[in-house]
Amino acid sequence: MQYLVSVIDDKVNPGSDDRQPAISEFNERLIAEGYWVFAGGLADTESATVIDNRGGQAVFSDGPFVESKEYLAGVWVWETPDLDVALKLAAEASKVCDRKIEVRPFR
Amino acid sequence: MSGPDIQDAITSAHRDEWARVIASLTKRFGDLDIAEEAAAEAFATAVEKWPADGVPPNPGGWLTTTANRKAIDRLRRESKRDDKHKEALVLTDDDPPEPLGAIEDERLRLIFTCCHPALAMETRMALTLRMVGGLTVPEIARAFLVQESAMGQRITRAKAKIKAARIPYRVPAAEDLPARVSGVLAVLFLVFNEGYLATGADTDPVRHDLTAEAIRLTRLIRALLPNDGEVAGLLALMLLTEARRTARISASGELITLGEQNRGAWDAALIAEGHRLVRERLAAGVAPGRYQILAAINAVHTSARDVRDTDWSQILALYDQLARLDSSAIVLLNRAIAVAELDGPEVALADVDRLEEKLAGYHAYHAARADLLRRQGRSEESRAAYDKAIELAGNTAETAYLTRRRDQLG
Repeated sequence: MQYLVSVIDDKVNPGSDDRQPAISEFNERLIAEGYWVFAGGLADTESATVIDNRGGQAVFSDGPFVESKEYLAGVWVWETPDLDVALKLAAEASKVCDRKIEVRPFR
Repeated sequence: MSGPDIQDAITSAHRDEWARVIASLTKRFGDLDIAEEAAAEAFATAVEKWPADGVPPNPGGWLTTTANRKAIDRLRRESKRDDKHKEALVLTDDDPPEPLGAIEDERLRLIFTCCHPALAMETRMALTLRMVGGLTVPEIARAFLVQESAMGQRITRAKAKIKAARIPYRVPAAEDLPARVSGVLAVLFLVFNEGYLATGADTDPVRHDLTAEAIRLTRLIRALLPNDGEVAGLLALMLLTEARRTARISASGELITLGEQNRGAWDAALIAEGHRLVRERLAAGVAPGRYQILAAINAVHTSARDVRDTDWSQILALYDQLARLDSSAIVLLNRAIAVAELDGPEVALADVDRLEEKLAGYHAYHAARADLLRRQGRSEESRAAYDKAIELAGNTAETAYLTRRRDQLG
């Protein structure tokens, strides 16, 4: 079962910015234990561009599709046998990243 | 067997076997939806067939077999549209039984699944009442004071989440058990309370099936976690409450309040067991949690041979201790009732009135006010409060009691 694991940061109250070594170490473990499928950090929401081509002509607009104080800062994809395993790892991930984590199954 | 006997057999099979049928099918098919639908179909078939064919010698076995067949029929119908289902069906047909977790009770696996922390607390309670307690959606909706359609949706969404997110059907590993138990206790307490003060005009005022099931399951959890103070506390609380059950409803179906109960009718064995558990927790010397304090309050009540011997100052001290853990309006309301015994109804009424904003929709708030106003001779205000309490109360015995008290006002 694959889960999208989103790292949620908060513009008003951001997490600490020295987490990379801890995250790398955590990633090594995910790989070693067979849960790791994919991971990536995302650039600032300011770097996002939204494209809407539903109306015949593509409209490009600057910025993320939703303005909010919370935003997506990075993602993992994990392969685990069930939600309990994913939740346990996510609890560790939240500590490691010093950020909130959302776990959602793929369909 | 005559009609009413068949009806009794179906009712008791539903009470005794519902959770077992659900648990057995969930284990086999890994899907609460299929399990619930097939179980409901099996009971509907029993209602149809038992009056003509007679009650089978092993109703639980008959229901499980019938439900299994219904589930397989359903999967076969679906497999015509989807090859993956057919494959799943073939695989599950000869599945060896899975090894059980720390707890060897199918119903506990079901409870831990329904009480999974990834579900909202209200959802856990609703799902447990439906899947484990076998309550209907309208009954649960009444217990939660929400619309039936909203409750139906909540349960449907919960089952969908369990399936989509793959919430496992199992008892958590030993090291995860303590953290997961508190949610289970909250659910079992709610199941117990729904049995003890059943809501709804057509249900019995006391549903012994639910109180007994809650006690049985709490005992199982206690056997597994004998050192968990809150498990012991909740069990003691349930036993001390259950002990008073038969003294609590009059022959005419009216609620008899604690002070007016015939204490000789209390179940001495349950009280002794409850007191033993409370003493055990006191001796443990660990700061008690909510259930242990509630159990201690009930131990004080049940220690008094006559209501006039009740040690109200100890009860108030325990409510103060409880309010430090949980300062909810309902705790403060119960505390005020103890205050009335010590400091009089006027002081207590001032405490109660402060809770109006939070408890205006709760019948016990109006019932407490009505009683305090009555004791001060403020009949008109008391009558209005009784009217409000009667309007909001869902329990038939309680409604009968409140109506009589109102009509006795001068």
